[in-house]
Amino acid sequence: MMAAVAARELADGEVVFVGIGLPNLACNLARATHAPNLVLIYESGAVGAVPERLPVSIGDPALVTGSLMVCGMADVFQCFLQNGRIEVGFLGGAQVDRWGNINTTVIGDYARPKVRLPGSGGASEIAAHARRTLVMAKLDPRAFPADVDFLTSPGHRCRGVARRDLDLPGAGPVKVITDKAILEADPRSGELVLAALYPGVSADDVRAGVGWPLVVRSTLLEVSPPTARELLLLREVLDPKRLFLRG
Amino acid sequence: MKAAIAEHVHDGDTVVIEGFTHLICFAAGHEIIRQRRRDLTLARLTPDLIYDQMIAAGCAKKLVFSWAGNPGVGSLHAFRRAVEGKGPALEIEEYSHFGMVARFQAGAARLPFWPMRDYAGTDLPRVNPDIRSVTCPYTGASLATVPALNPDVTIVHAQRADAAGNTQIWGLVGVQKEAAFASRRVIVVVEELVDTAVIRADPNRTVIPGIIVAAVVVEPWGAHPSYAQGFYDRDNDFYVAWEAISRDPAKLAAYLDEYVYGLPDRAAYLARHAGLTQRLQARAQVCAGVNYGF
Repeated sequence: MMAAVAARELADGEVVFVGIGLPNLACNLARATHAPNLVLIYESGAVGAVPERLPVSIGDPALVTGSLMVCGMADVFQCFLQNGRIEVGFLGGAQVDRWGNINTTVIGDYARPKVRLPGSGGASEIAAHARRTLVMAKLDPRAFPADVDFLTSPGHRCRGVARRDLDLPGAGPVKVITDKAILEADPRSGELVLAALYPGVSADDVRAGVGWPLVVRSTLLEVSPPTARELLLLREVLDPKRLFLRG
Repeated sequence: MKAAIAEHVHDGDTVVIEGFTHLICFAAGHEIIRQRRRDLTLARLTPDLIYDQMIAAGCAKKLVFSWAGNPGVGSLHAFRRAVEGKGPALEIEEYSHFGMVARFQAGAARLPFWPMRDYAGTDLPRVNPDIRSVTCPYTGASLATVPALNPDVTIVHAQRADAAGNTQIWGLVGVQKEAAFASRRVIVVVEELVDTAVIRADPNRTVIPGIIVAAVVVEPWGAHPSYAQGFYDRDNDFYVAWEAISRDPAKLAAYLDEYVYGLPDRAAYLARHAGLTQRLQARAQVCAGVNYGF
C-alpha cells in the first residue's frame, strides 16, 4: 500500500533521488505504470538507472548496468543535488516529528545514546535541496514524537526556527506517507496534519499513532487501494522474494 | 599485501579504505587486523562491515564517518556497542555524506576547508564543532564549511592497474579519486595487473595516476564480500549473515579467529570459501569502446 501510494506521487519525467527499500519499489512501480520516463538517481552515482533486479543496497551493481551515467559522489551532491536538479527526494527515519524533521542519528542523548542509528548519510542534504521530499514511515507514537531526539534532516520548523528563515532551497517534506494515512505539511504553519485516510482507517487510529495533538483537515480524502495491476507488479515482478514488501 | 601494509600503515595513522558499496578492500582491512595495528583513526563515508571488524579487533581509536549501518540489513553491532557504552570506547566524528565528500575534495585540492550549502537547521554542527560556517566574500551569504581531510594512507581497490599504479575503475567510483589525492600515501589493490599499453588504450578510464601511488598489490577477490563490477557480485548473503555474527561478541571473535587471524592471506580465505567464486562470478556485458584517434 505505501509503495503504491508513493508511486502515485511521482509525475512522468521527474528526476527522483531514490533510497533503498520502499522508495525504490515505489519508483520502479511508477516507471512500470504511469511514469516510464522517471529519471532515477542514486546517491552512489548511478543516474538514469534501470535496475534489472531489486537493488539490495544503494550501491548495487545492477544500478550501473544500462544506466545513462555513472558519476562520482562529488558530482552527485554538487552538480545534481546542490545545483537544484533533484525534483523529488525520498526520506525515512526512526523518528519523524510534527514539523517533518527526521532523526536517523540517535535515540536518547547524543553522547550517551540509548540506540545508536546509522546517521545522516545523504539525508540531511536531500532534505535541504530536493525541490520537495516525500517521507515514508509507519505510524507509531515512538516513531512520531512531538520533537525528534536529534534533528538529522530539516523539516518545516527546526528547534523553533521556521524553514523559510533557514535559507533552505527545497520546499521540504510535503507529504508523509504512512501505513494508515497521508499527513501533509500545513502551508502556513508547516505542521503535519492529517490529509487522507486509507480504506477502513479512522482519524482516531491515526491520532493513536502520533505523539502530538494531530490536526485533522475538515475535508479528509480517502486513498484508493492499490489496483490489481499495482499489486501484481509489486508482488510478482518488483519484489517477488518479499525483501521489502510485507503482507 | 603483507609488505605494503607493514611499510605504509603505522600505529596511530589516519587510514582510509574507501569504496561506496563497490570496491571495498576487505583484504587490506584483514591484513591490518592480522598485523595488529593500534590507535588508528579510521575514516570513510560508510564504515561498512570492514570497519566493524577492525573496531571489534581493537585497531581503532576513532571513527570518522557519515553513515554507519549494514546497507539493506541493519546495524553494525561492534560500532554500536562501542558508541552505546557496551564495549571498548571509540571516539566518533560525524558528518553527512556530502560533508565527507567535501572534506576529501578540500584535502585533494590542498585547501583548508570546503564550502557547501548544508546543515542549516540540523543538530549536526552542535555535536561536531568542526562543522562551521564562512561568509561568502561575493554575496555575503553564510555557507557551511568542513575541514580538509588528509589521511596518512588511503587504500583503493580497483579492477586493474599497471605496475606503476596507473589505476582504472569502472562502475561506481564513489570518492576514490578525491580520497587518493587527499592522502599522503596511496596503496592500490587490484583484481588484475595489466600492461601499461592496456591503460594507454583507454586513458579516460584512469581514476588514479601512478605518480601518487606508493604501492600496487595484486589481490584477486580482495573486495569480497563487497564487489568488483565485471569481476564478481556483492555477497549479499554475507551482509545478511553479519547481523547475527556481529550482534554476539563471541561469534564475532570466532569469525575473526577463523577467517582473519587463522588465515595467512586472501588466497587462503578464498580456499576456505568453497564455491564462492562460482556463485558470485560476474556475467559478461562488455562495452564496445570508443575511437581515440585524431
